[in-house]
Amino acid sequence: MIATRDAYGEALAELGGENDKIVALDADLSGSTKTGVFAKKFPNRFFNMGIAEANMVGTAAGLASVGKIPFLSTFAIFAAGRGWEQIRQSLAYPKANVKVVATHGGVTVGEDGGSHQSVEDIAIMRAIPNMTVIVPADGEETKGAIRAAAAYKGPVYVRLGRNKVANVFPAGHKFEIGKGNVVAEGKDLTFITTGLMTAQAVIAAEKLEEEGISARVLHIGTIKPLDKELVLKAAQETGAIVTAEEHSVVGGLGGAVAEFLSEECPTLMKRVGIYDRFGLSGKSDELLKYFGLNAETLIEQAREIVSRKK
Amino acid sequence: MKEKIADLEEKARRLRVAIVKTLHKSQSGHTGGSLSAIDMVCALYFHKMRHNPQDPAWEGRDRFVLSKGHAAPALYVTLAECGYFPAEDLMMLRRLGSHLQGHPDSKGTPGVDVCTGSLGQGLSMANGMALGFKLDGKDNRVYAVLGDGELQEGQIWEAAMAAGHYKSDNLCALIDANGLQIDGDVSKVMNVASIGDKFKAFGWNVIEIDGHDMGQIISALDQAEAHKGAPTAIVAKTVKGKGVHLFENKASYHGVTPNDEELPEALRCLGCCD
Repeated sequence: MIATRDAYGEALAELGGENDKIVALDADLSGSTKTGVFAKKFPNRFFNMGIAEANMVGTAAGLASVGKIPFLSTFAIFAAGRGWEQIRQSLAYPKANVKVVATHGGVTVGEDGGSHQSVEDIAIMRAIPNMTVIVPADGEETKGAIRAAAAYKGPVYVRLGRNKVANVFPAGHKFEIGKGNVVAEGKDLTFITTGLMTAQAVIAAEKLEEEGISARVLHIGTIKPLDKELVLKAAQETGAIVTAEEHSVVGGLGGAVAEFLSEECPTLMKRVGIYDRFGLSGKSDELLKYFGLNAETLIEQAREIVSRKK
Repeated sequence: MKEKIADLEEKARRLRVAIVKTLHKSQSGHTGGSLSAIDMVCALYFHKMRHNPQDPAWEGRDRFVLSKGHAAPALYVTLAECGYFPAEDLMMLRRLGSHLQGHPDSKGTPGVDVCTGSLGQGLSMANGMALGFKLDGKDNRVYAVLGDGELQEGQIWEAAMAAGHYKSDNLCALIDANGLQIDGDVSKVMNVASIGDKFKAFGWNVIEIDGHDMGQIISALDQAEAHKGAPTAIVAKTVKGKGVHLFENKASYHGVTPNDEELPEALRCLGCCD
């Protein structure tokens, strides 16, 4: 178990040693976002921009335009929120080679409360043309995603979490932008999940097996571009989809899957996520339970959707 | 030097003619702010900046950021004059299928380094470029033209703070202080004075000039290049619509183009007989 932000810190520092074009920027949160690991190793390639996110985005765009590969980080709410228009105009519009790695996404930020819990960032980043949106399931996938983002030419948004998450993928797991992963096979329904909810779907699928329901688990590490092939296959072969994400049900993974399937293969669907409301103060695990972001909710939704199929 | 100045003044006059003709043809775009900034853009491209129209992506080039992106016509006529693309392209400004978008778009226009237009973002990008050059030990310089109304955007001051903090002495901001914005006088809409003092407070070297005096522009650009240890802001007092009395000092000409009746008089003002 490792937090995806810790995996990011390690991966970025490692990449920095391999490629001197990589630079990092932070807005006074380098200890929390883990860019501090890179800063310690490569102080001259690290720019602390202070508490000024909009300028950080523009500065990264400028660095990219003279050949650098900037990774900029802050909490998801400040990156995708405060920096939205800068990300749109200065990064995505010119296809700038900048990687926005936002940590502390979702409600697991915890005690800081709703003001700091980004439940909309996937939706708003996904709406921007040219933008690639990645939400890794665990530390291992994060390392692969950071490596893939560095190799990819263009703007990328990677959403990470604050807390340790269960491992889904084995060490050395290869991450490919735009490719989903069938983590468990199944034929009665498919859980299409992202971020920390994939580990929950694996638990849910194991429990459902005991009661005779066969659930497939399809992890979507790249929300955009969506792996349409695997999603379509899941819809056609299992006839029922339950999506799950630590994000609003508006416009995130559930939205992306629903948009696609409604045109290509209308399928029974349930979306597990945060129902169009803000977060709250509390401990991370309490909040996940409060918002129903766990295996129990997935099991309930799976039972219901399978019963509706008949 | 006198000859050089006279030569640049003549270039600027011809660029003004091109701006007026281009905007008359497009019937969409920003007249006032293009005419106020053109002397500085002209001095940069024909005197100060290292660049190569035959090789727009040449790594040794200095960079130009038109942060007040709505003055795109000033940039486009200059790039065409330099030979980055044919002058005929100007007649397609803002039309569907044209590479000359309403605001600068680096993806399609040779010679345009960055996408701008949403005000307040250009200085951040310019400083990012400057930091990148410093990191590589390169001597390329970065020039950004900003509007005075644009200084109302908070991000400008974030960028000013960062450039001062990182001592980006390869960065030069030119403030096209024409005193007018869409809704009227900058001082009445939201007063940004005193501009020079504000940049000084963030650790910048500040030079105040008449932005239509070619001799002063050249001298300021030379001083900026010579100044080490801090970025330079050239605060240039300008006249919106400069050169055509019909448009001068009129906020209403911010986003309005010359019509058929105004065109002959505008061209006459600019000493153009065609």
